[in-house]
Amino acid sequence: MGLAVGCRAKPGKARDNRTGSWRVFKPSFDRGKCTKCGMCMTLCPEGCIHQTEEEFVEPDYTYCKGCGICAEECPGEAIAMKQEEK
Amino acid sequence: MVDKSLELFDSGHRACGGCGAALAARLVLKGAGKNTIVVSSTGCMEVFSTPYPETAWKVPWIHSLFENAAAVASGVEASLKKQGRTEKVVIMGGDGATFDIGMICISGAFERGHDFTYICYDNEAYMNTGIQRSGATPYDASTTTSPAGKCSFGNKRPKKDMPQILAAHGAPYVATASVAYPADLMQKVEKAINTKGPCYLQVHAPCCTGWGFEGEQTIAIAKLAIETGLWVNFEMIDGKVAKVKKVVRKPVEEYLKTQKRFRHLFKPKRQDAEIAAIQAIADRNAEKYGIDIKLKKE
Amino acid sequence: MMEITEGSHAIAKIVARCRPQVVSAYPITPQTHIVEALADYVADCKLDADYITVENEMSALSACIGASAAGSRVYSATTSQGLALMFEACFNAAGMRLPIIMSIANRALGAPLSIWNDQQDSISLRDSGWLQFYAEDNQEATDMHIIAYKVAEDHSVLLPVFVCFDGFILSHTYEPVDMLPQEDVDKYLPKFTPYEKLDAEDPISFGMYATPEYYHEFRYEIDRAAKRAADVYRAAAKDFAGMFGRDYSGLIEEYRMEDAETAIVAMGSICGTIKDAIDEMRDAGKKVGLVRIRVFRPFPDKEIAQALAKTKRVAVLDKNISLGSKGAVALEVKDAMYGKTIPVLNYILGLGGRDVRKRDIAAIVALAEKGEGDMFYGLRKEVL
Repeated sequence: MGLAVGCRAKPGKARDNRTGSWRVFKPSFDRGKCTKCGMCMTLCPEGCIHQTEEEFVEPDYTYCKGCGICAEECPGEAIAMKQEEK
Repeated sequence: MVDKSLELFDSGHRACGGCGAALAARLVLKGAGKNTIVVSSTGCMEVFSTPYPETAWKVPWIHSLFENAAAVASGVEASLKKQGRTEKVVIMGGDGATFDIGMICISGAFERGHDFTYICYDNEAYMNTGIQRSGATPYDASTTTSPAGKCSFGNKRPKKDMPQILAAHGAPYVATASVAYPADLMQKVEKAINTKGPCYLQVHAPCCTGWGFEGEQTIAIAKLAIETGLWVNFEMIDGKVAKVKKVVRKPVEEYLKTQKRFRHLFKPKRQDAEIAAIQAIADRNAEKYGIDIKLKKE
Repeated sequence: MMEITEGSHAIAKIVARCRPQVVSAYPITPQTHIVEALADYVADCKLDADYITVENEMSALSACIGASAAGSRVYSATTSQGLALMFEACFNAAGMRLPIIMSIANRALGAPLSIWNDQQDSISLRDSGWLQFYAEDNQEATDMHIIAYKVAEDHSVLLPVFVCFDGFILSHTYEPVDMLPQEDVDKYLPKFTPYEKLDAEDPISFGMYATPEYYHEFRYEIDRAAKRAADVYRAAAKDFAGMFGRDYSGLIEEYRMEDAETAIVAMGSICGTIKDAIDEMRDAGKKVGLVRIRVFRPFPDKEIAQALAKTKRVAVLDKNISLGSKGAVALEVKDAMYGKTIPVLNYILGLGGRDVRKRDIAAIVALAEKGEGDMFYGLRKEVL
């Protein structure tokens, strides 16, 4: 099996790169304060915050780099950044 | 209406945490939808999103060189037209690729009137190569090729007015946007791709690494740029300003103070004349675009 | 159908019959007559293509890159300074494995500025991954374009091709050319089937970057494809010969080489002059022959070594110079002849449009017989 002709690839493979390992601070979401506004989902540069069935939000820690934009921009202050425990 | 819930820019890309450009890519694709072909120029976004074989692009995507994205897109558009296909062509170039090295190519493509949308994610310097100044670097910003020093306050020139240049080419839709206003950004992308002819959208995309701030501040700083009048969000239709984001302006130093690239304006001593010169740039922007909200007299 | 026509017009007509969907070119002497003719065809609805009037050559090739990736057959033409401006995009097009066909009306490169013929332009792109075909006359230049599409688009090749012919000497000369009619070109050259294309229904990323873990292998793959192109070319040219009678299937052409003691190696239109000179020398009892390189990339080293094996000396005529070294063709012929005792002598000639006549060829053969070579031939007295 050779390489893809001309250095091309189909979508999907970026997910092999688990950027969650870069994280130093981890966002933790307080459902009591969450108003389900979705601001964190919109502003996440990783696109790794998703809605649960009850419309709460939840990050995919496999990819979350812990940048903290979600915590900074959450209008209800429902997200706190905590030192990662590894 | 495109489905803005679609994630077309995949997780796993290698942008810095808090990257404004990565967020811009995500939001642009949400605004454009999946019936889109993206042409990228060489730069940070191209590199952090496509180390073989890990592409983050879930729409068809092509990168050729640094300076030629507008010409590659011209070819893509011509080919689609001949095949009777309906995909929209969107170019994603950084400010170096747009303001500097790709300028001839962009001018040619806009003059020919191809049906595409050129999006410049503007982080105001060559970030991929290590924060060198570009034609988009603001006045007095310290970069690795316009460093502040004993006899320098950083970049000696104000930002090139790219939107006006492309409007002068007869572009039917020219706009600016910011990652701090995602709904506005997505809406403008959608508007641009549905406007026939060459459209231009310049997106302010703060770079935590290049500008010197913590990643969580990306949105806050992008907002401050608008609130101080150093970045103006507007729309131009057929060369005329049609819509402007109005603000109650804050002094520019509130923006400048947040970033290491302007630190030399405050330390070791405050440079009042330079700060005043930057304030004058904001004042000119405010006057030109009419961004000031007039508060009622008390 | 036989037509007396200018080289450029013959090429334009046949290119149109290859049905490119996107043509993108920038005017430069002596390529202009080709692109003007194509623009006329588009304007008269004789060619159903989008003609992109780009602002420079870098964009000409870049637009071809985009259109080819989007799934169209594409065409461009340039020469000299224009090709030099495309340098970066040339490497890119080959590395991206896009079967672009580009005519090169060979011209000298400045400085000093010269609009006249030599082969410095395409030769200087020899490491770019483009296949390079060199025509001797306008019939061959014309036919070569059809074969070039067939080779480039073969899914085991997927590399771009320069079809090279000498500027002015061929491009602006009227010769009788047998023009294949549209139905014959269609029969030989099927509709373009891209290997992969930019398509929202089946997204793919083109032109990703390679880390050190992969780059080496990607370059290997391009080199392998270029070498595979030799067999694909032979087969494509044989098919062409079978259908239309003109046989270009040799990567080299041998002329009166059967018992040749002195072999000349050259490329392009100069070979017509060389053949006439050889006939005269043969009449005078000199055993001289010619090995004409038709396909310079991939380089036919085995064919050349075999053709030259029984000669006593080899004179390589280069219309180019790798400054500070030798002519590019000579360097590669010497490599092909490595380990053999036959002297390979190099003559740089005909640069920037300097005429090469039959008596020059005879003089070079005389020099080779004396063992004098590796020189600029025919220099003006004031530099000696």
